[in-house]
Amino acid sequence: MAHYSYSHALIGGILIGLASLIAAVLTGKVPGISGIFGRLLLPSTPDKLWRAVFLAGLIGGAALSFALWESAALFRPTRPLAVMAWAGLLVGFGTRLGKGCTSGHGVCGVATGAKDSIAATMIFVGVAMMTVFVYNLINP
Amino acid sequence: MKPGRLFGVLIAGGLFGTGLALSGMTDPARVIGFLDVFGDWDPALLFVMAGAVATYGLGTFALRRFAGAGEKLPTTKSEPIDRRLVIGAGIFGVGWGLIGFCPGPALANLGALRIEALIFVLAMVGGMVIAQQVFGADSEQ
Repeated sequence: MAHYSYSHALIGGILIGLASLIAAVLTGKVPGISGIFGRLLLPSTPDKLWRAVFLAGLIGGAALSFALWESAALFRPTRPLAVMAWAGLLVGFGTRLGKGCTSGHGVCGVATGAKDSIAATMIFVGVAMMTVFVYNLINP
Repeated sequence: MKPGRLFGVLIAGGLFGTGLALSGMTDPARVIGFLDVFGDWDPALLFVMAGAVATYGLGTFALRRFAGAGEKLPTTKSEPIDRRLVIGAGIFGVGWGLIGFCPGPALANLGALRIEALIFVLAMVGGMVIAQQVFGADSEQ
């Protein structure tokens, strides 16, 4: 992890916050990734265009970063592909049922002091930490 | 939405993806390292959250207070902490802890055409569609 530092983490976080702020001002919606993406999958959603454009920007920006910085391109999946699929199903279902993910609840909600988001963030971070603990226990 | 505004949304998406990649959120091992508090804990993602929360929080505060942009910003009214929120956040936590992907970083990794991200995102679409169609969970955020 020689190429990585806390300053990268902090600068990346500031960029995420700034991007969320710009998106909130331009769209008038809380820019949570699970909500932006999930509503794109709903036939009845009237404002699909900006959602698709935002996500295209997100994927493009990441692709550019992977090409530019070695530290950003670092990718070390630690679990088998079958676990990936189960995790994806749980993340998709849970974020929509729980009304938000790390960005909608964890960043925007927490930053504006929304009590439901603070509760949700404490729950998903806590449960994720317990999940890692149990997974490591079963698969040493 | 006007083209100029839409271009702004594209830039915002680009900044978001850059932030995710730069911060290390797109590397599952690093996210697992942050979640592994009982093992070899890596506190780096606290800095990501701190940077993002401070920027969004101070930004919305400043826009409301000094630019009078309050009505343009989304309302931040807290919804009730009900059973759905608790169960949903719990299920999300299990999925996140299993592999270290939350929705943003998973989508960002599509930018590198990674098979892991593709499998995860396809499964995530399935989970979202079930929540939305079967349980009517169509919230905005």
